[in-house]
Amino acid sequence: MKTNAVRRTEAASRRRSAKLWQLRLYVAGQTPKSLAAFSNLKQICESHLNGRYSIEVIDLIEQPQLSRGDQILAVPTLVRKLPEPVRKIIGDLSDTNRVLVGLDLRAAD
Amino acid sequence: MRTKSPKIVSAALRLPKCPTGIQGLDEITDGGLPRGRPTLVCGGAGCGKTLFAAEFLVRGAVEFSEPGVFMSFEETGSELKSNVLSLGFDLAGLVRRKQIVLEYVYVERSEIQETGEYDLEGLFVRLNHAIDSIGAKRVVLDTLEALFAGLPNEAILRSELRRLFRWLKEKGVTAVITAERGREQLTRHGLEEYVSDCVILLDHRVNDQIATRHLRVVKYRGAMHSTNEFPFLIGDSGISVLPITSLGLNYEVSNERISTGIPRLDTMFGGRGFFRGSSILLTGTAGTGKTITASCFAQAAALRGERVLFFAFEESPHQITRNMGSIGLDLDPLVKRGLMRFHASRPTLYGLEMHLATMFKEIVAFKPAVVVVDPITSLLAAGTDAETKGMVTRLMDYLKGAGITTMFTSLTHGGQSLEHSEIAMSSLMDTWLLLQDFEGNGERNRVLYVLKSRGMSHSNQVREFLISDGGIDLVDAYIGPSGVLTGASRVAQAARERAEALIDNQEAARRKRELERKRSTLERQIAELRSEHESEETELERMDEQVGTQTRVLTAERTELARLRHADSETVKDRAPSKLKRGRAR
Repeated sequence: MKTNAVRRTEAASRRRSAKLWQLRLYVAGQTPKSLAAFSNLKQICESHLNGRYSIEVIDLIEQPQLSRGDQILAVPTLVRKLPEPVRKIIGDLSDTNRVLVGLDLRAAD
Repeated sequence: MRTKSPKIVSAALRLPKCPTGIQGLDEITDGGLPRGRPTLVCGGAGCGKTLFAAEFLVRGAVEFSEPGVFMSFEETGSELKSNVLSLGFDLAGLVRRKQIVLEYVYVERSEIQETGEYDLEGLFVRLNHAIDSIGAKRVVLDTLEALFAGLPNEAILRSELRRLFRWLKEKGVTAVITAERGREQLTRHGLEEYVSDCVILLDHRVNDQIATRHLRVVKYRGAMHSTNEFPFLIGDSGISVLPITSLGLNYEVSNERISTGIPRLDTMFGGRGFFRGSSILLTGTAGTGKTITASCFAQAAALRGERVLFFAFEESPHQITRNMGSIGLDLDPLVKRGLMRFHASRPTLYGLEMHLATMFKEIVAFKPAVVVVDPITSLLAAGTDAETKGMVTRLMDYLKGAGITTMFTSLTHGGQSLEHSEIAMSSLMDTWLLLQDFEGNGERNRVLYVLKSRGMSHSNQVREFLISDGGIDLVDAYIGPSGVLTGASRVAQAARERAEALIDNQEAARRKRELERKRSTLERQIAELRSEHESEETELERMDEQVGTQTRVLTAERTELARLRHADSETVKDRAPSKLKRGRAR
């Protein structure tokens, strides 16, 4: 019998390998916070998703109408559109651990 | 009030106001909410915050052509639309015509992972976009406190809220922010800290099982406002705070007099009845004929061709018409001709404000010249004394302002002082009639008197009040040494007086006869005495004659003797009479 933790890791790795990750980062202008969020995200994706991801950056100042669809309140907000379910992470993504938990790349301890 | 007056200059200098269009609120706040500033509306669950906000937007869009944004954190757009539709607001239509934007903001803590620094620029962008898309002048945030539940970092949230309110002011929109009532402060999360221009508190209280909503302007920076707590209600046309518009004492008065419907009662008011547009209070214990008196008044008005609105809180219209028919007051044809309308409802059906609103609506719809409220005391069941008084004041204010003559009947309970037991509203009334029961000699009789009547001379007499098949009549009550007598004892007393008068008359006639008799007796006596006297006189004369004859005879005899004796002296002739005189003296 495998433990639950082991099973979840396997399932996660299967999903990871199978699907393309579609991420959307909402920012409002070129603020230090949004720049930091983007570079943090880039780094995490490179080290955990090597190549199986796409990042779409939406600047709400330019496209305010898009804030409605994903119910954006806070910026920066990272939305994981795929794989389902949709997940939201707010903040400048400086806490890598929590980002990984939020993206379901690592199980919460 | 927006009237042209000298005040208009100072009004322009004051804070610009944004009229809400909510009935009554603009009067309380002297023009509306502060324009271009946020207003906080707080209150417990179910006291009408969302509705207040929605009405502010809808009326803004419809009546003042100011488009608005409704940002909801609790209800989705479709929920909101259906909720306010029941109050007659076509939110969906306004959204279609781009006069209102509904923004539903969804916050769910479990779906949000927080990593590092962030701000709420997203919310700002959304709001800004919504405002700019229709050129909104009004904004509603309902309710911001959902953010406290949704976002874990309160420090960030608070600083962002501060920024939000500043931003709203800069944007120049008039905003209404709703918030849940807190336990020790106005709002649960202390939002009043950020919104300092205007705070309105809504409240929903239950008194004696009757719930009433209240509104209070807690704070209104830079403007005059009423600090009182005002009842408000949510009717089928939205919120109305104090359905009556005016709170002033400056109505026009009329010198016209109208009949009371009872001729003798008119006489008690100088023969001309009540003033038009005055308020009349009719007090009495149970069964003293209040409804009848009121019906007489109503009938007289309707027969003059005036419209009469009869609010019945105790009897159904049919029962009233039937009962009045039994004493010859035929109200049915008047109802059929549309001159008279009954509005009957149970006092406990709803709260006072709702009653007031209903009455107000009926009055506006029917446009009566005369209103009868029978009885006003029944409404006590729907509220406390003070509330009822407030309500009566507002009702009367409105009626007087509209020049409507109103008769309120009021039931007093036995054992209390009649002058005292009114719900402290007697001072508001222009004319006060008192109907009273008099018990004695195994019967109860009704009496009526005028306790006061402002601005006219009126009778101070007690009148007995008779109800017969032919209507009512007033008769003078007997007032004598044993007090006021009414009914059978009045009749008995009158009979007794008649009998006494008869006896008196007879006695006088008897004395007259007696006197007559005495006089005739006296006259008879006088006549007798006179005849006695006359007979004596005749005798005397006869005696005188006799004596004269005797003397002549004697003298003649003496002369004869002397002649015979040849007497020579003449003295004999002289002596003889003196001798005779002596004899008579004897």
